[in-house]
Amino acid sequence: MTRISLTVDGASVSDDVEPRLLLVQYLRERLGKTGTVIGCDTSNCGACTVHLDGTSVKSCNVLAVQADGAEVTTIEGLARTVGGDDGLHPVQEAFRECHGLQCGFCTPGMIMQSVDLLKNNPKPTEEEIRLGLEGNLCRCTGYHNIVKAVQHASGQAEVTA
Amino acid sequence: MTATQERPSDAIEKEIGRDRRRKEDQRLITGRTRWTDNIVLPGMLHLAMVRSPFAHATITSIETADAKASTNVVDVLTGADFGAELGAIINAWPITPDQVTPAHSPMPADRVAFAGEIVAVVIARTAAEARDAAELVEVEYDELPAALDLKRSAADEVLAHPDLGTNKSALWVFDSAEAGTGGNVDEAIAKARTDGIVIEREYRQQRLIPAFMEPRSVVVDPTGEQYTMWSATQIPHIVRFALAATTGVPESKIRVIAPDVGGGFGGKLQVTPEEWIAWAVGRRLGKPVKYTETRSESLMSAHHGRDQWQKLTLAAEKDGTVTGLKVELLADLGAYVAIVGGGVPVLGAFMFNSIYKFPAYHFAVQTVLTNKAWTDAYRGAGRPEATYAIERLMSELAAELGVDPLEVREKNWIKHEEFPFTTVAGLEYDSGNYEAATAKAKEMFGYDELRAEQMARRASGDTVQLGIGISTFTEMCGLAPSRVLGQLDYGAGGWEHAEVRMLATGTVEVITGASAHGQGHETAFSQIVADRLGVPFESVEVLHGDTQVSHKGLDTYGSRSLVVGGEALVKAADKVVEKAKPIAAHLLEASVDDIEFSQGRFSVRGTDQGLAITDIAGAVFAAHNLPDGVEPSIDSEATYDPVNFNYPHGTHLCAMEVDTETGAVKMRKYVCVDDIGNIVNPLIVSGQVHGGLVQGIAQALWEEAVYDDSGTLVSGSFVDYLLPTAADTISFDIGHTTTPSLTNTLGTKGVGEAGTIASTPAVVNAVVDAVRHLGVDDIQMPCTPERVWKAINGPGSGGSTEGAAMPHFESGGAAGNQEQPGTASTDGAGS
Repeated sequence: MTRISLTVDGASVSDDVEPRLLLVQYLRERLGKTGTVIGCDTSNCGACTVHLDGTSVKSCNVLAVQADGAEVTTIEGLARTVGGDDGLHPVQEAFRECHGLQCGFCTPGMIMQSVDLLKNNPKPTEEEIRLGLEGNLCRCTGYHNIVKAVQHASGQAEVTA
Repeated sequence: MTATQERPSDAIEKEIGRDRRRKEDQRLITGRTRWTDNIVLPGMLHLAMVRSPFAHATITSIETADAKASTNVVDVLTGADFGAELGAIINAWPITPDQVTPAHSPMPADRVAFAGEIVAVVIARTAAEARDAAELVEVEYDELPAALDLKRSAADEVLAHPDLGTNKSALWVFDSAEAGTGGNVDEAIAKARTDGIVIEREYRQQRLIPAFMEPRSVVVDPTGEQYTMWSATQIPHIVRFALAATTGVPESKIRVIAPDVGGGFGGKLQVTPEEWIAWAVGRRLGKPVKYTETRSESLMSAHHGRDQWQKLTLAAEKDGTVTGLKVELLADLGAYVAIVGGGVPVLGAFMFNSIYKFPAYHFAVQTVLTNKAWTDAYRGAGRPEATYAIERLMSELAAELGVDPLEVREKNWIKHEEFPFTTVAGLEYDSGNYEAATAKAKEMFGYDELRAEQMARRASGDTVQLGIGISTFTEMCGLAPSRVLGQLDYGAGGWEHAEVRMLATGTVEVITGASAHGQGHETAFSQIVADRLGVPFESVEVLHGDTQVSHKGLDTYGSRSLVVGGEALVKAADKVVEKAKPIAAHLLEASVDDIEFSQGRFSVRGTDQGLAITDIAGAVFAAHNLPDGVEPSIDSEATYDPVNFNYPHGTHLCAMEVDTETGAVKMRKYVCVDDIGNIVNPLIVSGQVHGGLVQGIAQALWEEAVYDDSGTLVSGSFVDYLLPTAADTISFDIGHTTTPSLTNTLGTKGVGEAGTIASTPAVVNAVVDAVRHLGVDDIQMPCTPERVWKAINGPGSGGSTEGAAMPHFESGGAAGNQEQPGTASTDGAGS
């Protein structure tokens, strides 16, 4: 067991963890942060994407001990990074507005990755959006409305049905 | 109560047709979700499955001592430890009376029939400890020869279940001459051979994996008077029925809950060994248990889809008028007959003739047992296979005639003035307008301009050629009229149930038996009820997916929720109004005959006196002043059994660029115009169309479940099974024409499967069209660069890429990339 201390969605937490424990397992099983989900075993799907010190990571690909001392933001704490706890981050709002989700399982990871994408490239082209989301799989939307949601969040797209 | 308050009628916007944002989204975009794997109960134990690495083997011994001795392991149980207590996995649709159906134990004690089958379950305090201990279970097997290739299995070369004596499960036949719905197809073909055109083809529907994003998960809580199962399933009601039927627990003691479910696409339309094992372990130990599969387990053991060989013969006059269609299918069931099982190809039996006026039709499917994962419904279920076959054939007929593929379609399709039209398969198509959808699609696509560009590229010998693919599809959806299901020997009905509860404080609870898993029922059903009862959209709460709340239902699949479940809802809402009417009359001191209901308000004809329906709900709750003999409730329920299917249709046009030097394909443009009748929520519809398109496109271009020659699934992870990403796909141009369905009150048709059904042949037709002038008339799916290149540079349809999916280290150097079609481990294209 190794002692780790970190900040998750603004809260300071500290636990003894097995060295092999994945960050996503720590978030889900120890902290009850079940908004972040596991979709595959091979870091292909990106459903578990969170921000580690401001950069998107697949939390199934990070050991909990690697997050020692770090600041982690999950989908559950995303809105508080831009304001109040009960509001929505503009990217969350854009996904709702553009119908960028159906079953919603890939959505937390897709939103966290989109936030990171827009941080690095505030006005991406459609191709840049598609390449930037290549590491996140969605089976419901065909990506069409996800791309539109990111365009909308970047102020580049009108919303139409 | 304000009995005389005016409500200006023009201020009320109809909810149906509005692009309402979804009610479901708030919790999903904030992570406030209830996936089954999120559920944690006091004292809950975790399961890990020990699975067979062999496709076919006898179990000679299972050594569990080391696993049992591991830290925090509670028990390790095998099939032998349980016996009949495990129950059985059922097939609900024996397609013929003499169907050969292997017994299917959730955890067989003696013999495994596919790689991935469960042989033992480890129960531990944590999931990690359970999985660690599963590694310590020593299973000895005697490997048996495995039936893998579909055609060879159909010939009974190797038996998947030796005690059955055959792999042939059932032969299901429809013949229009025998059914009296049309002529004799063999006569039509014979005539065409001497004096017409005969198109004969063999197409492969490769094996696909539904690959929903949420891995399957099940939690069983045996504490309390009712046993509760949470499951990531599309069909909580059917799971409950099957648990009662096979495990001896009374149905009234079973509660099944499908909480937030992360996609299904048919893949969660199943009763699974994992559910049954968790049920048995929970009951035996008296403790809550959870099992969540890994992605590899999901790809390996959750059911697969498609997997057919299609032998097709189309007969036509010299002018292109079709005269007959003969369809002979081999369908791979996998190791067991799944819940729908052989019913999947049978659902396609009525669709091969599609929108065309074939005077004679013959369909036969032979279902075949093999030692691979079982197959069952995957988005479209039977209808994509049928649509693929006929839409490919119609383009082949056009090529034979040397005419535009739209021209030969129009020559043969049902004209809009010919509806209702009884087809050669015996279905009555109620409505449609293929001309209108096609005209709109051509305009949106820029059809003539793209054809001109295609000709220019051909003329200039461009290394990148352009192809245009067409799919003028229809489908039957809204499963299903119970009487029809009975005629087809399906084990249940096709009705749906709904309830409307008028709460005292003005909100409305709607209960539906259609169990959503991402579609947006909560939003669309709220819109229907808001209009019907004249209450605000926000006041409607839709409840589903819990058999204790929604006690009756047949769940969500087959594009049925709106057209069957929505109709049940309409009928329940109308009953609420009827029950409220005498109470309104009493409170307004008027005759019932003078009461009118409009936009949520009961009024007395010719006066300004009125009461809102929510006021009636409040009055009924108090029950202080009701007419004599009237019960204090306006809550209502309805169970609706559809009288017919409904028949969405549309025209899909796809432009593909094919690099003739590398075989690489690139989608240039995709336009579809779908006629799905009246639209409740255009935003939700657009999402269903987009997502459906990509699943169909993925069959055409990318996805294939591949087994090696020992029966191991080599595409058993998302590294190997190629789900498309955002970077692989394009944005689509979608449009609609509207011919309201005549088979339900709302005039709606199903949309959940349309995109998937239509898009696959549109894409393959486009790829073939791009290189037809190079002598290509077929490319086997998925149309990988390798297959396209081979089809351009050699005979046949590109053959199998299964060899390429397997490790290359045995084939040695450059030669490994130079295999000829059909030389891989399992047979490639028949052509």
